[in-house]
Amino acid sequence: MSKGKWKLSNLYLIAVFAVLYAPILYLMFYSFNSGGSMREFEGFTLEYYNEVFQDTRLLIIVLNTFIIALLSAAISTIIGVFGAIAIHYIRSNRPKGALLTLNNVLIVSPDVIIGASFLILFTLAGIQLGFTSVLLSHIAFSIPIVVIMVLPKLQEMSGTLIDAARDLGASGWQVLSKVVLPYIKPGIFAGFFMALTYSLDDFAVTFFVTGNGFSTLSVEIYSRARQGVSLSINALSTLIFLFTVVLVIGYYFINKRNNVRPGAKEGSL
Amino acid sequence: MEARARNLYLIPYMLWVVLFVVAPILLVLYYSFFNVEGQFTLDNYAKFFTPVYLRMTLSSFWYAFLITLFSLLVAYPTAYLLTRTKHKTLWLLLIILPSWINLLLKAYAFIGLFGTYGFVNTVLELTGIGNKQILFTDFSFVFVSVYIFIPFMVLPIFNALEKMNPTLVYAARDLGASPWMTFRRVVFPLTLDGVKAGCMAVFIPALSLFMITRLIAGNRVITLGTAIEQHFLVTQDWGMGATIAVFLIIAMALLMLLTGNRKRGLIDIVKR
Amino acid sequence: MKQLVRMFVLVFAVSFGLIYVTSYMNSSAGYSGGNTLTVYNWGDYIDPDLIARFEEETGIKVIYQTFDSNEAMMTKIKQGGTVFDVAIPSEYAISKLKEDNLLLPIDHSLLPNLEHIDSRFMHLSFDPENAYSVPYFWGTVGIVFNPGMVGDLTFDSWDDLWDDSLRNQIMLLDGAREVMGMGLNSLGYSLNDTEEAHLQEALAKLSRLTPNVKAIVGDEIKMLMANGEAAAGLVWSGDASEIMSENEELDYVVPQEGSNLWFDNMVIPKTARNLEGAHQFINFMLDPEVAAQNTEYVGYSTPNKDALAILPEEISGDERFYPDEELTSRLEVYDNLGPRMLSHYNELFLEFKMHRK
Repeated sequence: MSKGKWKLSNLYLIAVFAVLYAPILYLMFYSFNSGGSMREFEGFTLEYYNEVFQDTRLLIIVLNTFIIALLSAAISTIIGVFGAIAIHYIRSNRPKGALLTLNNVLIVSPDVIIGASFLILFTLAGIQLGFTSVLLSHIAFSIPIVVIMVLPKLQEMSGTLIDAARDLGASGWQVLSKVVLPYIKPGIFAGFFMALTYSLDDFAVTFFVTGNGFSTLSVEIYSRARQGVSLSINALSTLIFLFTVVLVIGYYFINKRNNVRPGAKEGSL
Repeated sequence: MEARARNLYLIPYMLWVVLFVVAPILLVLYYSFFNVEGQFTLDNYAKFFTPVYLRMTLSSFWYAFLITLFSLLVAYPTAYLLTRTKHKTLWLLLIILPSWINLLLKAYAFIGLFGTYGFVNTVLELTGIGNKQILFTDFSFVFVSVYIFIPFMVLPIFNALEKMNPTLVYAARDLGASPWMTFRRVVFPLTLDGVKAGCMAVFIPALSLFMITRLIAGNRVITLGTAIEQHFLVTQDWGMGATIAVFLIIAMALLMLLTGNRKRGLIDIVKR
Repeated sequence: MKQLVRMFVLVFAVSFGLIYVTSYMNSSAGYSGGNTLTVYNWGDYIDPDLIARFEEETGIKVIYQTFDSNEAMMTKIKQGGTVFDVAIPSEYAISKLKEDNLLLPIDHSLLPNLEHIDSRFMHLSFDPENAYSVPYFWGTVGIVFNPGMVGDLTFDSWDDLWDDSLRNQIMLLDGAREVMGMGLNSLGYSLNDTEEAHLQEALAKLSRLTPNVKAIVGDEIKMLMANGEAAAGLVWSGDASEIMSENEELDYVVPQEGSNLWFDNMVIPKTARNLEGAHQFINFMLDPEVAAQNTEYVGYSTPNKDALAILPEEISGDERFYPDEELTSRLEVYDNLGPRMLSHYNELFLEFKMHRK
């Protein structure tokens, strides 16, 4: 590739990243505003960061949000991976298509409907609203995403690979743990991260199924937003954002160092 | 794999399908036959075919189409260039990361950026273009929607590009194909599955967008999702909301069928 | 495979660690103790110092939960999976909750402070005997505007909003009753009108407003109006007072044709567990001194006549938020029109929103 083109392509990526991060930088910038709103920047202050650490309730909510996200992502990944394997091995086209369509229903349904129907469901089942109901819902709406992320990896895996393992005398479990799972690992990680993303991002479903004092960050932000977003929420978002950035970059490089061996492909997350 | 073991894997997944997919669909279907006063009726379906709702459906599809198109136009080059960088997975993660910040907060940030006295307008004025209304226009709505959906489009395309065998590109170049020709005849067809997955992941949620229709478009754009949200949360006319949902689910199933067929068609073409 | 297992073990370990931490934080903050009272209210709709004072005086730990719309609140109360001891819905929600048998009667003998409430705000149509609800705040619907941006329009009449000079310059709050009510009021009809011809007339008039409407928004309207994003906006008086405290250039007016008078009242939902605490809390909030402090914090209009007497003249004498008898007589409370009519209002409002410029 010529040099001019290289520059142009870099410029494009920089532009994309600039737009993606512009609103976030905007939020971060105003978290230091002593003026108290996102209107005019009056002066520098750390008051809102102090406020965040004083607010026990808010901190509990943040931790709750992370617990729900991590647990629901992990559990839905496990169920979703097995679901994807099961779908993959259905031979006839019709039930396979039907199952896939059912799988996708939750991805495409508006959150409000998911939330409302889950609420009815939990009421019928007599499940108390709170941690359990929120966790179950998050697992429920994350599973199809995991399936979608894992299926393509399964499809590109050649059948001969498994046949070969079979011929060498591998049991069903061995085929799974030694051949299939390692092969689809990138898909599993992608699924996990997407599930995490959906869970952290969700407002509408949680809003319906939460109760008894349990709350997640997005729900809390919505109820606080009635008075205009307080800058302590900006401060909190800034902290969480920086934390995740550090975590992601740190994890990436640690992982890379551990994986340096000849022929290892870069970037298996 | 043995049939019995396969059935074992199926249990938690099927349980999920029955409890959290089939049951809610049935519930939605059931509710769609009742009016606000709790009487059994087909009125909701009749109402869906009035001009108001048909126009809404049409405009929802139009905006969803625009959003998908622009997402694809932005995401494809992004994904392509990402595969060429060092630390590509890290960059990919950094594309996903912004979606971890609460949507409402980002929407408020966009209101600040796009407002009459916001950052963008200040820049426009400094460059002599002058103050423009950006907020509450079709432009801002499509822009922010694309912003939200970009990661969901980039990811599958990125995966498809990664999967592609690079020697194919070299072969095409060796055979004298221009870069554009290589892209059109080799790269793009090979990543079509990723593109399709991305389009599905954007188009259908775009049909049911809400929240930003109010925050960014000031209710100048009404999508089916907005109407459903209104019926469930404000009017409490769950029947009508459920009816719209039924149509959305049907639309989705049709769309999946359609794209599924097209795939087979394309394979045929390639084979020929 | 090893990497996969390692990651999942790590994720579960971290989650359970965090669960332990939060349960520790919960118990040390007293949220999981026995003597608690759950108050279900709009966000930031009470002075937090008053909650602390109530906790100190009674030894009851208050769990403050918030909702962002009456409908969301009703859904939660109806569902019944959550304990709420006191809730603060608006008047139309109260009549609906009452209809659905979701409220417990309030024992007036436990509320000696009830006498401080202005009799004008008692015995209203949505709860004639005040058997289920006690006034918390009240207000009107009107127009907040920037005098510098609207020329010589005064908005004494709703029709001023239709003025050609306001092209793309007004914002409306996203409420079917409010916007339809504005259309009806501007034609001289009642905002509880159910006559189809009148409703269609109102819709036709509203559709002529479309070119002037910049946006129809929710709570963001406060931020947007304070930022000067539009010249005039249809808002609730409570929001108006907040907007005006943010941006002092703005003014608020209730048009002379009449408008809406709304109430937020305290109720005890069926899900209540701590009845005694609930009555104590309500009585506490009715105390003139407490109500006055709360009014200064929240900025809405108080129905407590003895609190009003304590408040500084600049608040209690402000005719924009405490209108005189003459204007008050033209204000109407929203009647419960029944689900069918309400959904018709919503359909018409949706049709209005669908009009493109």
